[in-house]
Order: sequence, then C-alpha cells, then structure tokens
Amino acid sequence: MKKSRIRVLVGKPGLDGHDRGAKVIARALRDAGMEVIYSGLHQTPEQIVEAAIQEDVDLIGISILSGAHMTVFPRIKELLKEQNAEDILLMGGGTLPEEDIVSLLQAGHAEALFTPGATTTEIVSWIEEKLAAIKAEV
Amino acid sequence: MNKEALDQWIARLFERDRRATAKLISWVEDDIERAYIMRSILKKTESKLVVGITGPPGAGKSSLVEALTKLYRSKDERVGIVAVDPSSPYSGGAILGDRIRMQAHGTDRDVFIRSLGTRGHLGGGTRSTLDILRILEGGGYGRLLLETVGVGQSELEIMQMADTVVVVLNPGTGDGIQAIKAGIMEVADIFVINKSDLPGSERMKNDIEMMLNLSCNGKTWRPPVVLTSVINNTGLDTLFENIEAHQAYLLESGQSDERRKERLRLEVWRQWEDKTQAIFEILWEAARKKLENFDQEDPYQVAQMLWEEHFKEDKWDE
Amino acid sequence: MSDNFLRWKANYDAQKERKGPFFTVSSVPIDPLYAPGHMTDIDYEKDLGNPGEYPYTRGVRPNMYRGRLWTMRQFAGFATAKESNERYKFLLSQGQTGLSIAFDMPTIMGYDSDHPRAYGEVGRVGVAIDSLADMEILLNGIPLDKVSTSMTINAPASIIWAMYIVAAEKQGVPANKLTGTIQNDILKEYIAQKSWIFPPEPSMRLITDIFGYSKENVPKWNTISISGYHIREAGSTALQELAFTLADGFAYVEAGIKAGLDVDDFAPRLSFFFNSHTDFFEEIAKYRAARRIWARHMKEKYGAKKEESQLLRFHTQTAGCSLTGPQPENNIVRTAYQAMAAVLGGTQSLHTNSMDEVLALPSQKAVQIALRTQQVLAYETGVVNTIDPLAGSYFVETLTNQMEEGAEDYFRKIDELGGVLGAIRENFFQQDIADAAYRYQQEIESKDRIIVGVNEFVNEGKVEIDLLKIDPEVERAQVRALQAMKQGRDNIRVQTTLADLKEAAQESGNLIPKIIDAVRAYATEGEMIAVLKEVFGEYQEKAVF
Repeated sequence: MKKSRIRVLVGKPGLDGHDRGAKVIARALRDAGMEVIYSGLHQTPEQIVEAAIQEDVDLIGISILSGAHMTVFPRIKELLKEQNAEDILLMGGGTLPEEDIVSLLQAGHAEALFTPGATTTEIVSWIEEKLAAIKAEV
Repeated sequence: MNKEALDQWIARLFERDRRATAKLISWVEDDIERAYIMRSILKKTESKLVVGITGPPGAGKSSLVEALTKLYRSKDERVGIVAVDPSSPYSGGAILGDRIRMQAHGTDRDVFIRSLGTRGHLGGGTRSTLDILRILEGGGYGRLLLETVGVGQSELEIMQMADTVVVVLNPGTGDGIQAIKAGIMEVADIFVINKSDLPGSERMKNDIEMMLNLSCNGKTWRPPVVLTSVINNTGLDTLFENIEAHQAYLLESGQSDERRKERLRLEVWRQWEDKTQAIFEILWEAARKKLENFDQEDPYQVAQMLWEEHFKEDKWDE
Repeated sequence: MSDNFLRWKANYDAQKERKGPFFTVSSVPIDPLYAPGHMTDIDYEKDLGNPGEYPYTRGVRPNMYRGRLWTMRQFAGFATAKESNERYKFLLSQGQTGLSIAFDMPTIMGYDSDHPRAYGEVGRVGVAIDSLADMEILLNGIPLDKVSTSMTINAPASIIWAMYIVAAEKQGVPANKLTGTIQNDILKEYIAQKSWIFPPEPSMRLITDIFGYSKENVPKWNTISISGYHIREAGSTALQELAFTLADGFAYVEAGIKAGLDVDDFAPRLSFFFNSHTDFFEEIAKYRAARRIWARHMKEKYGAKKEESQLLRFHTQTAGCSLTGPQPENNIVRTAYQAMAAVLGGTQSLHTNSMDEVLALPSQKAVQIALRTQQVLAYETGVVNTIDPLAGSYFVETLTNQMEEGAEDYFRKIDELGGVLGAIRENFFQQDIADAAYRYQQEIESKDRIIVGVNEFVNEGKVEIDLLKIDPEVERAQVRALQAMKQGRDNIRVQTTLADLKEAAQESGNLIPKIIDAVRAYATEGEMIAVLKEVFGEYQEKAVF
C-alpha cells in the first residue's frame, strides 16, 4: 500500500548526548519532503521501537557516537521482530569502524550504515532509492 | 488491498493491536480506502469527547499533554494523542518533535502518540484529524487529546475537531494580545496560563477575565482561566477538573450534539467539495484543451464561449 | 582608510580574484588586506596592555611561556580503572605534565555499570567509575601532590570530585595540596553537550556548594571549567563559542554572588575551556578577545578587586569536529595547525586530538603522535620565544575587536531573554547552534567549503589503520567487581549516609560534606544520584532544529 510521504524516526539511543549529526540529518530529510519524527536523546531501544510502530514509519535512523553500536543495532532488530514489524528498515550513522560496519551489515542488523563525511545528499538518496525499490517489488 | 485483508486489520484494531492502529491511521491519512475503513470503524465507536490543546509555540502544550496523560493514567484510563506540527511550505516535509516532551509514556502500551504534519492543507490541519482520533478510539483509547501549534487562523480549523478547546498561553509575553487578534477568544473553552511561576501571570489572568466579561454576556459557559506550572506541578488537578466540568456541560446542555452536527455538516461539505472538485477537474481537462484554439485575450469572453459550447443547455448568466 | 590604502584597493579590485571562498570556518568574510587604517582606534594600554597586565589581552602572566610552558594534558580514559591507570602512567612517562580523565557515559550520566541503562556502554568512551574503589585503582601510584588532574565530569561532578579527594587522602595527600580542575559546567550541557541529569536550579546549587567547599578545603582546585569546546563541537561559530561561554561564566559569577559568596573568594578559581578549530587567525583573535572581555566585565561589572579574579585562564582542545574519517593521517596536520593557534593565543594547557578519533578512542601510537605534536611545537618552532607575537598585527587586532563587539551584542540579547537560564528555556543558544551546524554542512555539500579528503582530493579505497577496541568482557568484569564491592562494604553505613544526603538535599546547606561521607562508606555514584533525583527531579529538553 503506497504512502504519500516517507516517514522516518530519527533516534538517539543510549546515553550519548551528541545530537548535531542527528539534527542536521533530520533537517535535511525534512527539506527533502519527508516527515521526521525525532525521538529525542537518551532513548532505550524499547522506546525507539515503540515510537516507530505507533508512528508507522518506513525507516528508523539512529545516530550513535558512544561505541555501543554492536549491542544497539541487533537489539532494535530483535524488538522489531518481536513486534512483527520487520518491514521497518533500520539504518544509522556515527563513530562506526569499518570492521563493525561490515559485521553488522552482513548479519542483517542494519540496512545501511554511514560514517562522518557522508553527505546528507547521499543519505537522502539512499533512503529514496531503497524505498522506491521496495515499493516496486510489492 | 482487498477487503478481506482490510477487515482483518480493522478486527485487529478492535483487539487493541497497536500495529493495526498505526497502519489504519496511515491509510486514512493518505486517503487509501478511507471511506471503507471509517465506515467500518464508526459503526463501533461512540464518538468520545476530544480535548484539544493549542497555543503559541513554546507555551508548554506538550508538557501539559504529558501531565494530563499522567493524571488519566493514574485513573487507569488509556490515552490516545494526536500531535500536529506544521509541514514546510517548500518541501512538504516536517520535523515532528512533540513526542520528546512525552517521554514518560514512551513504552506505556496504554498511551498511543501519533505525530502528524499539516501536509500543506490550507486549513492548517490534516483532513483526517478527526478520523484519526476515531481510529484511536477504536483501538481502545478512551481519552483523546489533540495538540496543535499556533494561534493562527489555520490552526483554528483543526481545533474545531475538538469538543473542549484548551488554549495555553504564557505570562509576560504578548500572548494575550495575539490571542485577540487571532480570534482565539471565541474558540477557547478553557484558558491555561502555563509557566505561571514566571512574573505577569496574575495580570494576564485579569486581562483575560476582563475580555471575557465583554464577550461572554449571555453565554452559558464562561471559560475558566487556570494557572498551571508543569515544572512545579501546580494547577494540573484544577485543569483536569475544569475539563471534566466542560465535558459534563457539553453532554447536559446538548452542546455536544450541536457540535457533532456541525462537524457532520463540515465533513459532508468537504466530501462534496472533494467530489465536485474531482468532477470539475475532469470537465476542465476537456475544456483546457480547447483553449488552445482561442487566440483571444479576453478571459471573460473565452470563459463564456467555452461554457456555452460545453453546457449547451446552460446559459452562462443564469 | 588612507589614500594609500584606497589606491591599493582600487588596483586590487581591478584584478581577477580566484574562486575562494575567503571566509573563516565560521563563515565570516575576510578582507584581502588589513592596514594601519584598521587599527586607528586601538590604544595599547587600554585595549592590549602588557602581558600579565589589565586587560590581559596579551596574556595572563607577565612571562607566559618564557616562565613556564603550557601544560601538555592529553584527555584519556577507557575501559576499567586499571587499564586507564596504565595509560596515565604511560603518558606521564612520555612527558605529559598533567592528567586529564575521561569517564564513560554511564558515569557521566549518573548510572552504575550494572544499571540496565548502562548496558553496552560501560568503559566505551572513558573509564567506568562506580565508587571510591574504582577511583583508588585509577589513581594508584600517581603522585597526586605533584600531578594536577583535570576531570571531565559535569552533572555528577560533586560526587566524582569527592571520590578524588578521599582517594588522595588515603594516599596521604591532604585536600589543601590538591591541584586540578573539574569541568562542572552544567549550563553548557543544556546548551550543547546534553549530559544533564537534574534541572537547572538544583544543578546551580550543587555548583555553588562546590565553590564554597573548595574555598575552605581545596583552595588550589579549579572548581569549574567554563566550556566553549562542546558548544563549538555542536556546530556553533567561533563568535558564538566565545559569547555563549563567557555568558555562562557571568551566570556562574552571579550565582556565586547570589549564594552569598564574595566574588574575589571564588572567581580566581574559575577557569575556561575552549576549542581550537582550523581557521588559524580566527581562533587566535577569539582567545585574545576572551581575555579582554572577561577582565573588563569582572572588574567593571562585578567589582572584582583581585587580579586573579580578572584573569581568564583556559585549557584548549583541538577541534574533534574538524577531523575526518577518510585519510586520517591528514588529521595529524589539522591538529598541528590548531595546536599552534592555541599556543599563539596564549592557552595555559592543551590537549591535541589523535588522528583516529573520528572512529574510535585513540590507539597508543596515535596518542603518542598527538603528544609529540605539542612537543615539536614547544621545542622546535620558536613560537614560544616571545610573548603574544601577533599583537599589533593589523589583521589580528581587527579580528580581536570584531570578536569583542560581536560578543557584546550577544550579551545584550541574552540579557533581554532574562539571562542564560531564560535564554536556555527559550532555546536561544540551541537554535543558533543548530542553524550554524546546518549551514556548515550545506557549505560542504555545495563545495563552497572544501574539506581535504572529503569533498576534494578524495582517495578511493579503504582506510587502513589499527583502531582501539574495547573488549565486551570489560563490562562484565566491571559489573562483577561492582557487585562484589557492594557485598563487601558496610551496607548499613551506606544507607545511613544516603539518607543523610537526601535530607540535606531538601535543605539548603552545603552538600559536599554529606557526599564525602557517603563516598567514604563506598556508596556508589548511581546510588547517590538516584537519591538526589528523588529530591531534584530530572531535566527534559525541548529540541529545536
């Protein structure tokens, strides 16, 4: 079923308070015509997933700079599965070493991961293309 | 989507499945099978009363919504909240940040929060705000809260969806005067002066009471002015009681029926408007092509000629 | 401007200018030339002064680096107290002259390592400190009467400071001999770094309690490091960093005075912490303007009589947000330029970032290069041979003046909003910062701003450097140690001291002695914070974009 606007939940899980990147991206997504639900800081994975379900978002984007990514991404995926919401995509950005990115993507714990230096244009394009591809399949 | 699948989703809604609630809201918002969905749902809901909370940005509406939610939860009631934020007029996108102020209920299954963008609707609200509130009601949320930003003309239209309109202002700002300009006095059922710990709240209260003296003669409900401070946790019980009192008034006085009729009129009018708009667009498409053949500049003449050509029976001037 | 200059300008305008841009990191446009006409309003004695003389534009000490070099203080900390202790000993052996402790997120946010919120975060961005036991291991074998220690801790600063004091006491070093700093700057948390716990008012109370306790008991300690670093990292311009930081400083001064302290009793121990970003001259002007503005306000507005109250002493860290993921070796170069700017700006202590910090905590090799950067700067470049070498430069003095004027404009705006607390409530700072951050990103994406290796001079291929990894076993080990400690301590004494702390928090006396009592009983940080949360509540932001 098609949706007229892409809805994205931008979240900051864990205790890390660095929201500069998350906010710049939220703004860029809005300027690209998307509806961005900003979850705020200090979120637990449970809060993020619950918000994603209530807001019926297409995608969760999380920003992590605290090094806790190897636990957070899998946990969110697990919760989405428990709630029968596996169609909600998960992507993220932050201080993610190459090795960890490869590991997370291969294990299916995220659909895409970006590091500092990625442009907002790249991220917006990835989201739009990915969702268009999924729509085409349906 | 086939009707069986839809029926399943709707059945799940009434079983209080949150995913179903969220999905149905999305479809209705996007006008997908909207009539079918709403007719199924409206059969089984009672049209519970909606409390609307509005006011200028920064007034503390979201904090008040959270405080009210806490109160309702303490009485074991389930709360459905719709928070509307303006969409960008350029891109059509929006950043919806009201959830942040409602963190305490982030994982409470008995609270459902849905954020909407105004999506460029000239009315300043979403077409389907009331429908979405009814879906929440179907999902088992008995207390319905609607939050919108601003005191502009466009926001007044969404607030018409609410049965009890709470207008939130802050002391020491130009809020009071803004309120008069925007015509908010007529729409408010309750005034709240939030952040009442700041100076100027008593004076603002007096100003509002004076304006009410002028405007409320002969009306049966005079909006109370409540002082609250979410930070200091004061005034919230009073607000709650006033909301209850207004809701009781609506039911006893028959006002709630009046408002329901008004909303019915509005909604039917809108659906007719949509329908005629659709017909108009089809007719216009045909006429527009013919425009190419005219090389005159006079739009009055051209409009008349095209009309009479198309509607051979109707004269333009009738 | 003189005819001579105007003639030159006409000739210049007739020439072709290359594409540019010619603006600073903060998007401030810069003229092609500065000349005597730019400096006609400057009075040496009134506006510059000699080093160590009011208004201290040229430096806080008469002899600056000719008397003593800046402190080379590398921020470090990770995993457990034991591993951090080893890193500190390594750095001290390599010539570092002061310690700087980084704590992990649970410690920063007031959670013990076994709290559900701490899961996955223990030891990752800094060292995990749950109780006095950890602090004792952290400082083991480090001569606390000789080494000054800076601790980057804010909301729970009172507790961590108390742990340091008691650990030192157990080493035989009395509190009145201790030197160091606690960051303890809660206002910038609400504005930029966002590691808050309590709402503003009780947080300010804890800070003035620290001022009061320090004066009597820990007189050589810098009780606050009023920070612009994080404001800058969040995306602000150099001017905003300057203005917001000084505004915070004035707010603390006013809080101290309101709490009944004499300004000269606590102001000498206020210190500052600035960023050093890549625009060389903009940063130098910022530091010089900072000293002048602070001195003028402290003397004329707050009536500070002691010279120490008027001095703006600061620590600098090179800009983390300027570092790039691609071609990390370029970061060594960026850090070197930023370090030089900080030194030419007269910093009292300096941390240089490591090249790999975009992706992880620094490896030992990377942090050594960062330290050597400072040492080359100090011993080989000659910039330390004379004091404030750039004074009198038409360009630098003009920029310094512009910074001061811009800051004063901001101070007026902030006053109109009811001071710093009022402006925070109105999201004034946060909105400006978000706007600046967005604009900066757009400039990069449109290539109006070039970042080498990122949007120009890009390499293909992957980055190959060894990164520091934190073993997940660290968290498990820390949790086990914590639980063992809790079993082994006198739990009745813990409960009693916590109850006393709660009661004291509800009244208005100084909380530090009660915190120290609880620390001695090996109450954990999380336990103390939980008790204070019951009394003070928790803060919630309203986000702006």
